[in-house]
Amino acid sequence: MEVINIKGTDDTPNVILDKSSGQFELSGRSLPEDVSSFYEVVLNWIDEYAADPLDRTEFNIKLEYFNTASSKVILDILLKFEEIVENGKEVVVKWFYHEDEEDMLEAGEEYSDIVDIAFDYVVYSD
Amino acid sequence: MGINMESEKQSFLEFAYQLYKTMKTNEISLVYEGEVTQDITKTFTALTERNLTKSAESNTVQKKVFNVMVECLQNISKHADSLGGDEDEERRGIIMVSKGDDSYNIITGNIIKNQKVPELKSSLELINSLDKEGLSSLFKQQIRESTLSDKGGAGLGLIDIAKKSGSKLIYQFKEISEEASFFILTSIIKRN
Repeated sequence: MEVINIKGTDDTPNVILDKSSGQFELSGRSLPEDVSSFYEVVLNWIDEYAADPLDRTEFNIKLEYFNTASSKVILDILLKFEEIVENGKEVVVKWFYHEDEEDMLEAGEEYSDIVDIAFDYVVYSD
Repeated sequence: MGINMESEKQSFLEFAYQLYKTMKTNEISLVYEGEVTQDITKTFTALTERNLTKSAESNTVQKKVFNVMVECLQNISKHADSLGGDEDEERRGIIMVSKGDDSYNIITGNIIKNQKVPELKSSLELINSLDKEGLSSLFKQQIRESTLSDKGGAGLGLIDIAKKSGSKLIYQFKEISEEASFFILTSIIKRN
């Protein structure tokens, strides 16, 4: 499968989607105005991946900020990973949050209430 | 005429000085009226972020202020109406950020068509009636049910502002004509 490696900017995140090395990452800042156009390629990639996923997928989410429009798209991404779980493969979301950022932990907990995927919370400091 | 121009210049200088003093006294770090675009949003949030870092404000508060500013500004850039009522016209509004003794206040304002007021008002009332847990449930319900509108919004902005700020939303609608009102929203972020 094609590798997606998008470098982040001050309003868009880093995205790494690499099946062969087993690296799946969304990090940095996500507050683009036009969320759909940024994430379209990401969602399409995951659709294709979900058809033939690895036995275990570890998805690292380490976001510093995201706007509410992005939060909707992140749910769409997680729902696609949930399909993989429903098809009998393992998916773990590693949700990183800064030690000062209760809000980011809560955001992760809200997602884990909605989707049926295992969440692993990882705290970090500066 | 020369004298008139001279006194006009004087009074403008006086006005500028009074404005400067008012801003200093109230610790207003940002005031803007004009078009609100993604570039403006990025510039203002970056500026505020830099000021907050310099003022050694806690990480938690910095991120909350940043988050709330982004949502407030993106609300304007997506939803503000104009007096002309032309959909394609630029989206304008005001933003003001001030620092009080125990909180940061983010005030935004924009024109809204009167026909949209009742719906917005009832959303605001619902949000203000909820506690932290209630807001979280509402957010989870909305994020599942919502679809991204053609404007790229998911209708989650105000809930998020209330969640992140931890304070009730303060708002007012000032009717300016039969068609439109001015909507003012104040978000308060406690400093400790």
